[in-house]
Amino acid sequence: MNAVIAWLTDPAHWSGGAGVPVRLLEHLWYTALTVAIAVVIAIPAGALVGHTGRGGFLVVSLANSLRALPTLGLLVLLVSFIGIGLGAPLIALVVLAVPPILAGTYAGVQAVDRSVVDAARGMGMSEREILLQVELPNALPLIIGGVRSATLQVISTATIAAYVGLGGLGRFIIDGLAVRDYPQMAAGSLLVALLAVAADLALAWSQRLLVSPGLRSVSASRRPTPAPRPAAERPAAA
Amino acid sequence: MNWGWIPRNIDLVASLTWEHMVLALVPVLLGLAISIPLGWLAGRTRIARAVLVPVTGLLYTVPSLALIVVLPIVLGTRILDPLNLIVALTIYTVALLVRSVADALAAVPAVTIAAATAMGYRPFRRFVSVELPLAVPVVVAGLRVAAVSNTSMVTVGALVGLGGLGRLFTDGFQRDIPAEIVTGIVLVLALALLVDGLLLAIGRWITPWTRVGAGARVRAGAAA
Repeated sequence: MNAVIAWLTDPAHWSGGAGVPVRLLEHLWYTALTVAIAVVIAIPAGALVGHTGRGGFLVVSLANSLRALPTLGLLVLLVSFIGIGLGAPLIALVVLAVPPILAGTYAGVQAVDRSVVDAARGMGMSEREILLQVELPNALPLIIGGVRSATLQVISTATIAAYVGLGGLGRFIIDGLAVRDYPQMAAGSLLVALLAVAADLALAWSQRLLVSPGLRSVSASRRPTPAPRPAAERPAAA
Repeated sequence: MNWGWIPRNIDLVASLTWEHMVLALVPVLLGLAISIPLGWLAGRTRIARAVLVPVTGLLYTVPSLALIVVLPIVLGTRILDPLNLIVALTIYTVALLVRSVADALAAVPAVTIAAATAMGYRPFRRFVSVELPLAVPVVVAGLRVAAVSNTSMVTVGALVGLGGLGRLFTDGFQRDIPAEIVTGIVLVLALALLVDGLLLAIGRWITPWTRVGAGARVRAGAAA
């Protein structure tokens, strides 16, 4: 443990192109990029499925079967086809990030009280307005839940992707292993764990900011049992 | 793709599959054994729930590779010890199941408990023979999720030299044998499916009362 603290407090490990700040920024960059791409793909698709009610079974099965898919296998397979670089890991990360957001959006939109949707329709709102102004805001807690799962999954898998040459905090673990430098590996692991916890807390906090306060009080008073969280709640594998 | 790799290495694949099963399922059993008392505690006192649910949730967010690497410091094991992987997966299983067990126990109808008490059941007997059996369907649902994600997470151990089918990924990657990687992925998926089906079957088998008289309803539900 002392060796790990010594590694973490050594100023040499906090500067330069392979220092902690650079690796941390790399990790954050991969995570933000992947989650952004996944959000752009998954939220419109999930909203459509939830609004029309078609293909729901497919979305749920996709999110569930993802849990069984070994992420390391997916990573090395893609790299062996596409080659080393940012491309293959990025595709793998997006593939893993889409299903939780898709399932969360679908579940959220689908769970909106039918009487609320009928009231909106009765007020003369178009289908588009219903989706954007009624269903999506009501679905926000579950959508953000999906984004949280996806983010954790991506942080976790980006760590593993250091094995196929990606940068980020996983480098400390993989490089440390190669030269049997255990303090470096453990320090890298601690940093990754801290990053995951911090990201999760930040998203939980953003959920509080973004979700309509009216919705919060309704869900607290009218639903005694906690709303079912999206199927792929846990970033599953990785 | 070089499919000839499979018949030449069938013994290796078989032994890794067996190793993989053990590494994935031992944590599920350990996790279940730990989660039942913890879940009971979380369901019983407000304070225990306020501590256990966030703490297990926090453990759940820690990436698996990080957990496997940090555990030797806590356990005093060597980095190559399979125990690290087993403990890490047990932690994930407990993190998932404590909530399932607490929710399942909380959902047992109060009148059922009152009836059992009136029939003379003492608290412990009542817990074991009335409350726990009624909690089985929800617990099994959580157990299936844990078993399936454990089965795929075992492969991460290969990065630090541990066994299981993940070795086919690292070996296939280093020696550039895509057939080896595909074999690993397919076997992990098949194992996950098998374990999932097995747990589903066991769950149905030990709760025969959920089927009595419910047949018609189940069929109607499936048709809808």
